[in-house]
Amino acid sequence: MTDSRPIDCVVLVKQVPDTHNVTGEAMTSNGTMNRSALPAIFNPEDLNALEMALQVRERHGGTVTVVTMGPPKAADILRESLWRGADRVVLLTDRKFAGADTLATSFALQKAIEKLGRYDLVLAGRQAIDGDTAQVGPQTAEKLGIPQITYAESILEIADGRITAERALDHGSEVVRCRMPCLLTVVGSANTPRPPSARRRMALKLAATSAEIPALRERWPELGTEDALAAHLQSRDLLIPVWTADDIGLAAESIGLAGSPTQVHKVNFVVLESTESKTVEPTPEAIAAMVAELVHEYIVG
Amino acid sequence: MSEQLTDRKGAWVFIEHRDGRITDVSLELIGRARELADRLGYEVVGLLCGHGVDDLATEVIRRGADRVLLADHPELAHYRTLPYARVAIAEARRRRPEIFLVGGSPNGRDFAPRVASALRCGLTADCTDLQVGNYHVKRDNTTYENLLLQIRPAFGGNLVATIVNPHTRPQMATVREGVMRMPEADATRTGVVERVIPEFEPGDFALEVISHEARHSTVKLKDAAVVVAGGAGITDPKEFELLRDLANLLGGEVGASRAAVDAGFIEKDHQVGQTGTTVRPRLYIAAGISGAIQHRAGMDQSSKIIAINTDPGAPMFQIAHYRIVGKAGDVVPMIIKALRERSADQGAAEGAAR
Repeated sequence: MTDSRPIDCVVLVKQVPDTHNVTGEAMTSNGTMNRSALPAIFNPEDLNALEMALQVRERHGGTVTVVTMGPPKAADILRESLWRGADRVVLLTDRKFAGADTLATSFALQKAIEKLGRYDLVLAGRQAIDGDTAQVGPQTAEKLGIPQITYAESILEIADGRITAERALDHGSEVVRCRMPCLLTVVGSANTPRPPSARRRMALKLAATSAEIPALRERWPELGTEDALAAHLQSRDLLIPVWTADDIGLAAESIGLAGSPTQVHKVNFVVLESTESKTVEPTPEAIAAMVAELVHEYIVG
Repeated sequence: MSEQLTDRKGAWVFIEHRDGRITDVSLELIGRARELADRLGYEVVGLLCGHGVDDLATEVIRRGADRVLLADHPELAHYRTLPYARVAIAEARRRRPEIFLVGGSPNGRDFAPRVASALRCGLTADCTDLQVGNYHVKRDNTTYENLLLQIRPAFGGNLVATIVNPHTRPQMATVREGVMRMPEADATRTGVVERVIPEFEPGDFALEVISHEARHSTVKLKDAAVVVAGGAGITDPKEFELLRDLANLLGGEVGASRAAVDAGFIEKDHQVGQTGTTVRPRLYIAAGISGAIQHRAGMDQSSKIIAINTDPGAPMFQIAHYRIVGKAGDVVPMIIKALRERSADQGAAEGAAR
């Protein structure tokens, strides 16, 4: 059943605002949304992709490398990835990346994955909850020149350089076999992501990017000077590598806003409509009157 | 046999099909492409990949296309990303369409980004409306005329964004199923069916489909005239049975919020909302659904909304026409009773008239 060769996985993840839990506080009085009230979270389906990669490693050996592109704060989800079991993480961050649409994002991810070296599988969540586009995975696969399996729900087998996986579609399911390397986008029903391990959290609590060292030192002044702390992290392999556009050799015309063919023409906030509405008491009489009205208006009956 | 390339600019539609039938969203897109093309003087082109699908090409023309690019090949019998994308990329490079629309189904959303990436063109996901308009860029005082305005909810449905691609062609978009009107078939329409020969490369067959299993959903939420939906306020499976009774009585379907699906009360194909089905019924009864934006995005076009919730501050009340503050388990039986009494009265009245 198992392939003799270890499988190296790269997992693409994103930090997103938690749009699925828009609470009352996130709504302003005129019904629009207060973005800053939303916490930043690990994109849910990216956790499913990470879990799938960790299961591949358990079964076949190999490595799990997690890559994210985002602001410096996105290091949070890389730390979380380490705590959940990733071997290695990389943060792609650069002001030049700002304003990237899915095409520009996929160029950066392509370059980063190629810089990482050999890989068998690239995994990503099906889509991110802030944009819901589901485009970055296939666009990255196209640029890497590898096939893609989108909407992957389970891996049935990895053998002889090929992966057999099941896709969950609206109208049913499909089992496909594909040569590796290839890219999978993973749906939320694929698995239950394991929680961060307490042991790893302790061992890796200091994992940080170099930009985070001053903040780390403020929290733990006993760790010494920033240089000493940097040397400590380096020696313990706790320094999260940060790559810029230059580090991955990305041409200026492919980056950020300049590399994004789509432009936002305008944005309208969704304002909750105050429709003509009635309050109906929860009594049999009031309900019967409402039903009579609906019948009268040919809504029912 | 094959016609010459036309000089007319094209509004293309990817024709997705399954079990010998064109999918609804593809037909809806032909309808909207027709409207856009009439306004812009373009021709509507259906891109149809498959094997033995000549009858579908005829159907594409009857629904409003001027031309069908038909790639018929055994390797195209079942949808696969790379062979299908190969055909689309080659034909788009050759013919340079202005607009290329793809249904927002799983396979449409698999296909479109692959093609857009190869063509290095912009792609907007999951649009709910498409229009034509001008786009003015202040910085270089340039106006781009007659661009495709791609309108989509963003940020979990809290924003509606209008996206344009001023510099790249085609202007590509995937479009959500059920948001555009399906055009009637017109048997008198004529058009050109042009056969195109796929030029595959060996790497295109890296993936093979081993098996596929259709799950024929019996849930017809999308077209239901009445939807009775339950959410987190339903705490007992028996209460969900009440919703089914009410839906049956009204000739409707049972819907659910994500909370009810996650709680295991009902299967996922009943889910209404951004990650479920978009519905536009005559009547939507939201029983114990607080009304998160993801849910509202899938039902706020309903003609009449009845909201039942114990929390007077539930967002659903803000879009509801009838607000009932109370427990769904208490209120739903009252609605059922009122409806039964009415139909009993009606039966008696009809009996007396006879």
